Amino acid sequence: MRARVTPWLLLLPALTLLVAFTHWPALATIWDSFLSTPKKGRPAHFIGLDNYRGMVEDEVFWQALTNNVIYAVGTIPLSIALAIAMALWVNSRLAGRGFLRLAYFTPTVLPMIAVANIWLFFYTPQYGLLEQITQALGLPSHNWLGDKRTVLGAIIVVAVWKEAGFFMIFYLAALQQIPPSLAEAAALEGASRAQYFRRVLFPLLMPTTLFVLVNALINSVRMVDHLFVMTRGGPDNASALLLYYIYQVGFSFWDTGYAAALTVVVLAALGAVAFFQIRFLDRRTHYQ
Amino acid sequence: MTPTATVFQPAPASRALETAAAWLLGALWILPLAYAVWTAFHPAAYSTRFEIGAPLSVQNFVNAWHAAPFARYFLNTTLLVAMVLAAQLVLGTLAAYALARFEFRGRDLVFGLILLQLMVMPDVLIVENYRTMNALGLRDTILAIGLPYFASAFGIFLLRQTFKTVPKELDDAARVEGASALQVLLKVYVPLAKPVYLAYALVSVSYHWNNFLWPLIVTNSVETRPLTVGLQVFSSTDQGVDWSIITAATLMTSAPLLVGFLLFQRQFVQSFMRAGIR
Repeated sequence: MRARVTPWLLLLPALTLLVAFTHWPALATIWDSFLSTPKKGRPAHFIGLDNYRGMVEDEVFWQALTNNVIYAVGTIPLSIALAIAMALWVNSRLAGRGFLRLAYFTPTVLPMIAVANIWLFFYTPQYGLLEQITQALGLPSHNWLGDKRTVLGAIIVVAVWKEAGFFMIFYLAALQQIPPSLAEAAALEGASRAQYFRRVLFPLLMPTTLFVLVNALINSVRMVDHLFVMTRGGPDNASALLLYYIYQVGFSFWDTGYAAALTVVVLAALGAVAFFQIRFLDRRTHYQ
Repeated sequence: MTPTATVFQPAPASRALETAAAWLLGALWILPLAYAVWTAFHPAAYSTRFEIGAPLSVQNFVNAWHAAPFARYFLNTTLLVAMVLAAQLVLGTLAAYALARFEFRGRDLVFGLILLQLMVMPDVLIVENYRTMNALGLRDTILAIGLPYFASAFGIFLLRQTFKTVPKELDDAARVEGASALQVLLKVYVPLAKPVYLAYALVSVSYHWNNFLWPLIVTNSVETRPLTVGLQVFSSTDQGVDWSIITAATLMTSAPLLVGFLLFQRQFVQSFMRAGIR
């Protein structure tokens, strides 16, 4: 009898908190998305799909969704490619690889909100470092964060800078587990360096790439801190991302019903990532 | 960390090219930080003028320190990080032990429900969790910032994997000598998992030192705000555009993690590696 109770007692504290702050709020979000936002003298009541109808007509929502897709597509492949290059360099016999590893990884340990201040200064018109460089090259002045066409790109650069070194670590760990005999065998077979990378290393790194990809997808939803400092979603919502928009709707406009509906969209996106992970990550990673 | 590939060394020309590319990227990656250090340690007049021999000064740090209650923010963040880590380690150890070494009905289901948190993080459930904190009367407390993170799926997962590698014979031997489940956990499993605890601690501390959105929402006063939120309030309202002071405050906020990272670089990198390998 005791043996049957013990594991549940051990799990109880963690499970209670998980249910209270993950499972319950996730389900409550779905329920609340069908309710109106409570107002003075009018408690929340069931309104069916009205919040979702409003969402379909909400241009800002579509803009934030589109921006978020561009943000993900702009950030993920570039940071993964850079992470692989960084890991290969740091793992090779390059001069100064100790310093390089330090340089690549440093952005990971810095708070996003703090480095956003530095990047804001970096992009500042007239005074910023970027402007000084472009002026020295004789290029016209440009307000990178104030222009609807360049603001998202500027945000993506910051995200890539923050993430690439973090992903590098996972590739570095994977590279160090690959036995050197593989390279020797490939060399004996007469493979070129490029062939070795494409045919041997890259497939062996596949599990890592999928793991990093899942992390990167989650981060493209979660990583919005720099918007608070650099753009506040502007100009004209050109840099609004979904989670930032949820914050605005939920805590600036206090429209909690609509914020819940928006959160459901984010949860659905994360659910799709989870499905992808279960479908592909577990099946294709039997190299090790 | 020794380089593994002894064959496939690039030809001298392409090796030089690659070294140059690696260094260029390294320079680009360190540039924003270097720029911030320059601005913070020089008078405002030199914040965008790069002259050798510009006078060094720590006045910006002094001004920033006095312009906002940073001492209080440091205290709040330290309390928060310590509280979250302590809770995560205790709850994670207990749960991981149950999942690794007990047979019971529903174990796989429970494990699956726990892993769900890896996807659906508290970070995106801000609207409902704010409502919960309100109902519990915890709004604007340090406890409220940490509470949603006390049970960490990642920590439970990591420790479960580690506990599973402990030889069952050690467990059985201790049981034969009459040790209780809890005693076995503390005497056998926890000591063997020390490197994993260290790795997890570094990842957790840097995550919660840097966390911003949830603390921003749930705190509302100087007494509870962590550094990240304090920095944002400070740089967006109080200072106008005095970049030198904002940059000094920025560096100050990041300093403990940065210094810790520089001192324990190898452990940091290895911790993140260890935490990432599943």
